Amino acid sequence: MSAGTPVIRLRGVHKTYAQDRVEVHALRGIDLTVAAGEFVAIMGASGSGKSTLMHILGCLDVPGDGDYWLNGQAVRQLDSDALAAIRNRDIGFVFQNFNLLARTSALDNVEMPLVYAGVGKAERQRRARAELERMGLGERLLHHPSQLSGGQQQRVALARALVTRPALLLADEPTGNLDSATSREILALFAQLNRHEGLTIVLITHEADIAAHAGRQLHMRDGRLED
Amino acid sequence: MIWTTALQLAVRALWRNKVRALLTALGVIIGVGSVITMLAVGAGAQERIARQLENLGSNNLMLRSGSSLRGGVRTGAGSNTSLTRADAEAIRSLPGVLAVSPTVRTGAQALYRGSNWGTIVEGVTPDYLKTRSWGLESGEFFSERQVAAAVDVCVLGRTVVRELFGLVNPVGEIVILKGLACRVLGVLAEKGAGNWGNDQDDIILAPLTTVQRKFMGISHVDRIEVQAAGKAAAASAYKEIQRLLRARHRLQEGKANDFRIYNRAELASSAEESASVFAWLLGSIASVSLLVGGIGIMNIMLVSVTERTREIGIRMALGARRRDILWQFLLEALVLSGIGGLVGVALGIAAALTLGSFSEFEIRIAPWSVALAFSFAAMIGVFFGLHPARKASGLQPIEALRYE
Ligand SMILES: Nc1ncnc2c1ncn2[C@@H]1O[C@H](COP(=O)(O)OP(=O)(O)O)[C@@H](O)[C@H]1O
Ligand SMILES: [Mg+2]
Repeated sequence: MSAGTPVIRLRGVHKTYAQDRVEVHALRGIDLTVAAGEFVAIMGASGSGKSTLMHILGCLDVPGDGDYWLNGQAVRQLDSDALAAIRNRDIGFVFQNFNLLARTSALDNVEMPLVYAGVGKAERQRRARAELERMGLGERLLHHPSQLSGGQQQRVALARALVTRPALLLADEPTGNLDSATSREILALFAQLNRHEGLTIVLITHEADIAAHAGRQLHMRDGRLED
Repeated sequence: MIWTTALQLAVRALWRNKVRALLTALGVIIGVGSVITMLAVGAGAQERIARQLENLGSNNLMLRSGSSLRGGVRTGAGSNTSLTRADAEAIRSLPGVLAVSPTVRTGAQALYRGSNWGTIVEGVTPDYLKTRSWGLESGEFFSERQVAAAVDVCVLGRTVVRELFGLVNPVGEIVILKGLACRVLGVLAEKGAGNWGNDQDDIILAPLTTVQRKFMGISHVDRIEVQAAGKAAAASAYKEIQRLLRARHRLQEGKANDFRIYNRAELASSAEESASVFAWLLGSIASVSLLVGGIGIMNIMLVSVTERTREIGIRMALGARRRDILWQFLLEALVLSGIGGLVGVALGIAAALTLGSFSEFEIRIAPWSVALAFSFAAMIGVFFGLHPARKASGLQPIEALRYE
């Protein structure tokens, strides 16, 4: 990857869902370029296609039409193993509903991506522990999600997203289920990661004050992006 | 993904649903256990029959006086008196015949000093031991000359010795049989239970002529045991004897035999065959339960895949490859069937041993049957685990994540 290569480049991306024989055009031609180290916030009404876009960016879904280059690599050409490796190494994903494994300790949750990266047990534990401590959860390593507050759960999820040291963090309404004080804490964490570690972040939110933290704000309406 | 980690993951996932895992494994446990128990019962029966076959003398023919029509009344086998000692001597001269033993039997009360014991007295010739593959524990057997002279001597079975003499050595002592004082010449080796559970050692042998004339007052014999040189010789002797006896008894063409002839080797080998069919039947009935156990595994794994669709999505989102997911679920099925198999082996062996010690069943646990049952269980784990595992690994990451 040369210095100038954008982390994300989308050209004319469409996504259409067929539901009950009705076609839903979730994305109608998205062009987007995100450079390394950027912090981009995407806002928009519910149903405007934000999550759909995010899933495509995260290689959890594929564009119906158009192209996506991740770090200069055309995603269309990758097989499922290569996509899994990208999700594992290059992208960290944070969801609105945390998506932690239930009845599984914070430590085990954070270790999971390292399991699929083939990291040995001792090293896995060391890194997962360090990541959780960085998120201020050093005292909660063995707690299960049900024993943690929403803010703590999202920080476990963030630790899990970052434990493989990805260059890109995607967050789909990460504060949507949190109270405003906790939201501010999490957002501060994002801003800090972007500023101090050069992490490229794409964040979805519908709160304007949260979006204000970002370097660039985009708006989505009916499957299209507007500045 | 690292193997030990994958295995740990599988065990942990099962542990999270302990009761369900236990109930699922129970199907395999019962299946493997019953396969092992049933095969042990079957193999035991087979072995018992094989041993009896050896005891019988496998190349033996047996003749009995047969029923014949007399004034419209058919009498049972052995109730007529067609066979004689002369028939036996004639058979002895046939080619391929090693030994011929004509016998008669009668019940008698045996007395020795204060004690008495009701038993069977069999009148025999020295060939008897050969045809029955029997031997002496002590003393000696009576000779052809003693048979010819109808001497009052006898040889005792172990049970009779125990009942009449206790610890006293009976050889040389006098036993009273039907008022006749018979000197004990020897003691038979212990033979154990016969085909029908009868005590073969509860017997007294005396010279054929002594029993015929002095005890029973008859001149015919009850049966003639013939030992041939081999299986083929037994088959040809079977035909030769029929021809010979029909001629000796002057039976016209078209008239039924007045004797019966049995090929013991054939009887025994057909018994052996049915025992082996029995063993496989038991084994396959038990395998059906193992199969049902496998279907139980598939059922639970399918439920588990559905229940854990979100988990699968999360794992995929975090970098699990399709084969990681496939192995995760396959390993769970394998651990279930493997542990079920091990417990089943232990339980099956325990059940077989218990059955062996508390019932009449003879039990033999062959190592191959244990290996068979266990590998069958493992195969069932793979076979029935593969479908749910493939289903799980075939999910699209986003669809799995969105699953409610
Ligand atoms: N799996 C799906 N099947 C059918 N329609 C879908 C699916 N996912 C999303 N949609 C539709 O696509 C549109 C965009 O959804 P989404 O990307 O989730 O919007 P947002 O995240 O901005 O609320 C909506 O109209 C939604 O109903
Ligand atoms: Mg959304």
